[in-house]
Amino acid sequence: MKDIASFIALNRFGLGAAPGDAARVAGNPRGWLGAQIKRRPALPRALARFRDSDSILTEIHRAKRAGPEALQASTDAGFHRHFTPEVAARTQVMIASDTPFAERMVMFWSNHFSVSNSDLLVGPAIPAYEREAIRPHVFGTFADMLKAVSSHPCMIGYLDNAGSMGPQSRASRKRGQTQTAPLHETLARTILERHTLGPDGGYTQQDVTGLAKALSGWSHGGLTPGEEDGPIHGRFEFRHDFHEPGPKHVLGRTYAENGLHEGVALLDTLARHPATAQTIATKLVRHFVHDDPPAGAVARIAKVFQASGGDLAAVSAALINLDEAWENPTAKVKSHYELVLATYRATGQTRPGAQEVLEPLHLFGQLPFTAPSPAGWGDRSGDWIAPEALMARIEWLRGFASGLPSTLYPETVLRNSINPVAQQATRDWITQAPSGDRAIAMILASPEFQRR
Amino acid sequence: MFDRRLFLKTTGAGMMTALAAGRAAAASPRTDSRLVMILLRGGLDGLHALPPYADSEYQKMRPTLALSMADKVVDLDGYFGLHPALEALKPLYSAGELLFMPAVAARYRDQSHSEAQNMLENGSGKPFGAEDGWLNRAILGLNPGERELGLSLGPTVPLILQGEAPIQSWGDDERAALDRDFLFQVGQMYRSDPLFMDALQLGAPGSGLLTGPQASPGTEDFIGSAKVAAQNLSRSDGARIAVMELQGWDTHFDQARRLEPLLAQLAQGITTLKDELGPRVWRRTAVVVVSEFGRSPAENDSQGTDHGDGGLAIMAGGAVRGGRIVGHWPGLTQTTLLNETRSRSQNAYESMFKAVLIDHLDLDRHFVEDKVFPNSGGVLPHKGLLHFS
Repeated sequence: MKDIASFIALNRFGLGAAPGDAARVAGNPRGWLGAQIKRRPALPRALARFRDSDSILTEIHRAKRAGPEALQASTDAGFHRHFTPEVAARTQVMIASDTPFAERMVMFWSNHFSVSNSDLLVGPAIPAYEREAIRPHVFGTFADMLKAVSSHPCMIGYLDNAGSMGPQSRASRKRGQTQTAPLHETLARTILERHTLGPDGGYTQQDVTGLAKALSGWSHGGLTPGEEDGPIHGRFEFRHDFHEPGPKHVLGRTYAENGLHEGVALLDTLARHPATAQTIATKLVRHFVHDDPPAGAVARIAKVFQASGGDLAAVSAALINLDEAWENPTAKVKSHYELVLATYRATGQTRPGAQEVLEPLHLFGQLPFTAPSPAGWGDRSGDWIAPEALMARIEWLRGFASGLPSTLYPETVLRNSINPVAQQATRDWITQAPSGDRAIAMILASPEFQRR
Repeated sequence: MFDRRLFLKTTGAGMMTALAAGRAAAASPRTDSRLVMILLRGGLDGLHALPPYADSEYQKMRPTLALSMADKVVDLDGYFGLHPALEALKPLYSAGELLFMPAVAARYRDQSHSEAQNMLENGSGKPFGAEDGWLNRAILGLNPGERELGLSLGPTVPLILQGEAPIQSWGDDERAALDRDFLFQVGQMYRSDPLFMDALQLGAPGSGLLTGPQASPGTEDFIGSAKVAAQNLSRSDGARIAVMELQGWDTHFDQARRLEPLLAQLAQGITTLKDELGPRVWRRTAVVVVSEFGRSPAENDSQGTDHGDGGLAIMAGGAVRGGRIVGHWPGLTQTTLLNETRSRSQNAYESMFKAVLIDHLDLDRHFVEDKVFPNSGGVLPHKGLLHFS
């Protein structure tokens, strides 16, 4: 790899250079990225063998009926059989991927619509959630992704909407006044604050309540208290008896009673809202360009988002064409997950075993789908380069390098990774390294390699 | 929060378990001789390990580093002496079981450790000239069968032992832990990046790591490796050739303090081999200690030395005709040391290696020239290094 543009395409927009990538990118980095924007990207073959969320969750729901011990055993087995293997497979797919920009978009949106395994009931199915609700839409429309995500049993379970009842709903009135707050607002608040308008998006508590009422009844099969003999399944289910009747007032508009369609119409409205365009544009530019996103770049992306009706293919293409994205090639820091992927790719270890890839993710505390809150993982350099974390990185990279075949030449790794951006001091210390594996460890531990 | 295992290494039971897994077929090898190669990674400064303490030129070139009798140098021949940390080797020298070849030279002429090590180990005469190691090719000549005559004791199998011949190893899954040298170098590399530099300074164990000189360069279990190697080599069905490694010799700064514990470890490793092998096997053993290159005769501004040609090879063992300093000693002015070592094949590593393979392991001369060290026909085996020659 010789030019900075290739480095940027492969790192800022990709997952680090794997052997052969430099030749594929050379001469036309933007074209290489643009060619990865496909309206309906195929599911990577290695992920096709995993079960859908319906069957995973059905198993858990059935166990729940049998009692707490059966439930515990079932979720344990679910993590073991579904979550962990698919997290490893997803990581292996990304290490070997030849469409790394598309995979970066999967990661970006998966993090934007973060679901964490802290919810044990849906945890085992979260990799399936990404496969079903995120992947198909990364170059589709934002509205479709928002609706797919908000109606997915994993999101509904994670943000506690399955049992949410309108105060005037049939189920609520039947229950009487003995219990408090049947209406759960977490999903509605998260959609407004995190997924669409943003914390400064100008909405009020009344808007949160209005959206929560519209989304009351957005549930899934098998979990309804008091309906022990109801049907068991793991799909989305709209429960009329939980739904708040009557008109809903949200963001200055009134939505007439229309059951499930109220929520759908509201999500469509939110997806088109200018504040949403601003939120998404800011987040994308922060992710791909700079911790402090340049206002001009944000404005351009927001404009494309708005003008295209949230067409993420158009938005992705606009990102690639931001002039700001092709400057300052090491402005950002790779997340722990990105660093692990880039390390395997840079050293040509593109077929690692499941345990090998899981180990550093556990070590760094960035196993996918385990973000600490619905806000997802942080996206600023300081979120990744703290003292303990950096030491863990250096230690792992040093150990990783020592396990590489001694026929791997440091010069090869250097040429294939940071060559266009390596500072003289970095080159000197790599050359001075007292052994080949230490030279490679120096390359991997260099700021240039850890940045993008 | 994180387990910082500085130099946590497999020891005792772990090693033995790993070794027990090594298979040993019944066929006898062609030789009953034992060879232990010790690779000192980083570039040993020969003039510090074997100081020509009586040479006034040496004292001039190394105003802070030069050793003299006042530093308890152990005299060998009135000109060269042993670094005091190597004192444990003096009895071997006196017993004729230890020799030194100062000003030894690899034919490598650049500055890269990894290239120089690769060249030293692949045996083709140039960096990356072969995908396998010359000791592995030599093993093929000893025993083309399944018996694992080679034994690797490092964290990974070094190139010198890699190739077609099956070899035993322990610690394949052992990964190198962080050491202070490495962190120091990383710190140097981070100097222009405040985000990384600040985090490293807060996160690195120990204070003054990145600004001050280094403490002990580590405590890898070299002695433990020597014991394991000796136990394996002494078995009738065990390995015949073992490779051990010792890191940390790249002493660009604070050399005197950093080399002392390393030299002591090296000496203890060699005496451990002798003790554990026992007199019967030791008599048939040659230990060869080499490093990828030597260092500059003159010291630098950081009380260290830079890459150069002042190398040193050591041979020990009952099979070695020791008690001598061998090879051509060109004298100490910078120009003679550089030019003469380069022009003299007598001091070439291959010369020593070929002698070991032919005179000690009884390999066929043509096999050695054609297969083990191709492209080195001009370098003759060094005569008289071993008893059975």
